[in-house]
Amino acid sequence: MQQTIRDILTKHGGLAMPVDQIADTADLYAAGLSSFASVQVMLAVEEAFDVEFPDNLLNRKSFQNIAAITDAVGSLVGDREAVA
Amino acid sequence: MTMSAGSSLAARAQRVAAVAAAHADTVDVDARFPQEAVDAMIAERLLSIQIPEDLGGEDAGLSDIAEICSLIGQGCSAAAMVFAMHHIKLSSLVSHGADSDWHRAFMRRIVDGQLLLASATTEGGIGGNLRNSICAIEVADGRCRLTKDATVISYGAHADAILVTSRSHADAASADQVMTVFTRDQYTLERTHVWDTLGMRGTCSDGYLFQGEAPAEQILPKPFAEIAAQSMLATSHLLWSAVWYGIAVNAVARAQAFVRAAARKTPGVTPPGALRLAEASNLLQLVRSNTIAGLGEYEAARADADRLSSMGFAVTMNNVKVASSETILSIVNHAMLICGIMGYKNGTPYSLGRHLRDAHSAQLMISNDRILGNTSNLLLVHKQDTSLTG
Repeated sequence: MQQTIRDILTKHGGLAMPVDQIADTADLYAAGLSSFASVQVMLAVEEAFDVEFPDNLLNRKSFQNIAAITDAVGSLVGDREAVA
Repeated sequence: MTMSAGSSLAARAQRVAAVAAAHADTVDVDARFPQEAVDAMIAERLLSIQIPEDLGGEDAGLSDIAEICSLIGQGCSAAAMVFAMHHIKLSSLVSHGADSDWHRAFMRRIVDGQLLLASATTEGGIGGNLRNSICAIEVADGRCRLTKDATVISYGAHADAILVTSRSHADAASADQVMTVFTRDQYTLERTHVWDTLGMRGTCSDGYLFQGEAPAEQILPKPFAEIAAQSMLATSHLLWSAVWYGIAVNAVARAQAFVRAAARKTPGVTPPGALRLAEASNLLQLVRSNTIAGLGEYEAARADADRLSSMGFAVTMNNVKVASSETILSIVNHAMLICGIMGYKNGTPYSLGRHLRDAHSAQLMISNDRILGNTSNLLLVHKQDTSLTG
């Protein structure tokens, strides 16, 4: 999952440095993630994992770092599997 | 303290509004700073009302400040905009400087000296997007140094301190920004652009080459991205809307006075402008409701950083700004149609030229096209709230 997220960040994040040099907990906004790019990343993540972010996860914190994105996607995928 | 007859915020604001109105035309014609109105704000101690009581302020909420912006805006939009911009900057200090000793002490200085704060967020080369900086702050040996080609610093020459955005260090990405307080003794301003504009002439928003040096502790301890999202953008859209509402209220008041004068001259015949007045009143109510709803949303979200940073909140504030700024132009135009040549002409009790010119700034200060672009991006993932009352 994390590699997919990193690939998406490489493609859509518009970051100032290569994604493999960014630690899981490093601040993505400080690394240059703009508000426009964060939405593009969200869309790509939704498509890749077939999930939809509910409004309570649509804030800066959910996309603050790679670990937070992974947690958010994990909780959405987990919810889906619990229902299925 | 000057708290003579009537010490309520509204009474104090009314006295400032009266001074502002008396000088509004010369401020506009001469494109000069509304010094008399600002002196009145200082005499009424309105520059520190937002500061918490434990630091000597009055803990006024954003709705209180918006009310004052509207009252002063009915007299002089430039004076009201100076007041609004000061309090937008102050909201960043109050929201994000409360844990820093220097910023707490500075808030006490604002109370004691009724200091006026200005803002330097615009920079040559960033294309109007204040969430990007080119200049970077240098920090060494506990001091910070900054040079910024600030294409606009509203009332920069009249401010006691300027809050300046920059990249957080020399290698930082353009959106990795901080905001630093520089007091007047810590910077020089070399004027590079003159503010000779269609409207809002009294804000004296000249461009300057800013060069400052200060103790590094004056850098606000939060990333500017958070400051922008959690205090600055919301308070800007709301307090600007309050100023614009004030402009529209005064335009409608002039139109109503015109219609009433006509009605008194010909009892039994409804003047032709009366229908337009009803339409203007309808639009005015929309701007008022929109602004009040936005203020309610802000007060409800204020204590919750996640909610303030949410997409839903950003969409709401963007919508408040776009709707208010577009609608006031229709309102002033309606008023102009009602008052006719008496509204078009300067120097009559029904003159509306200043209102119309000032109102045109609303769509441009943070361009509505930029804001709609931002909203349209958010709407790719944000789902609308389908409830009526929330």
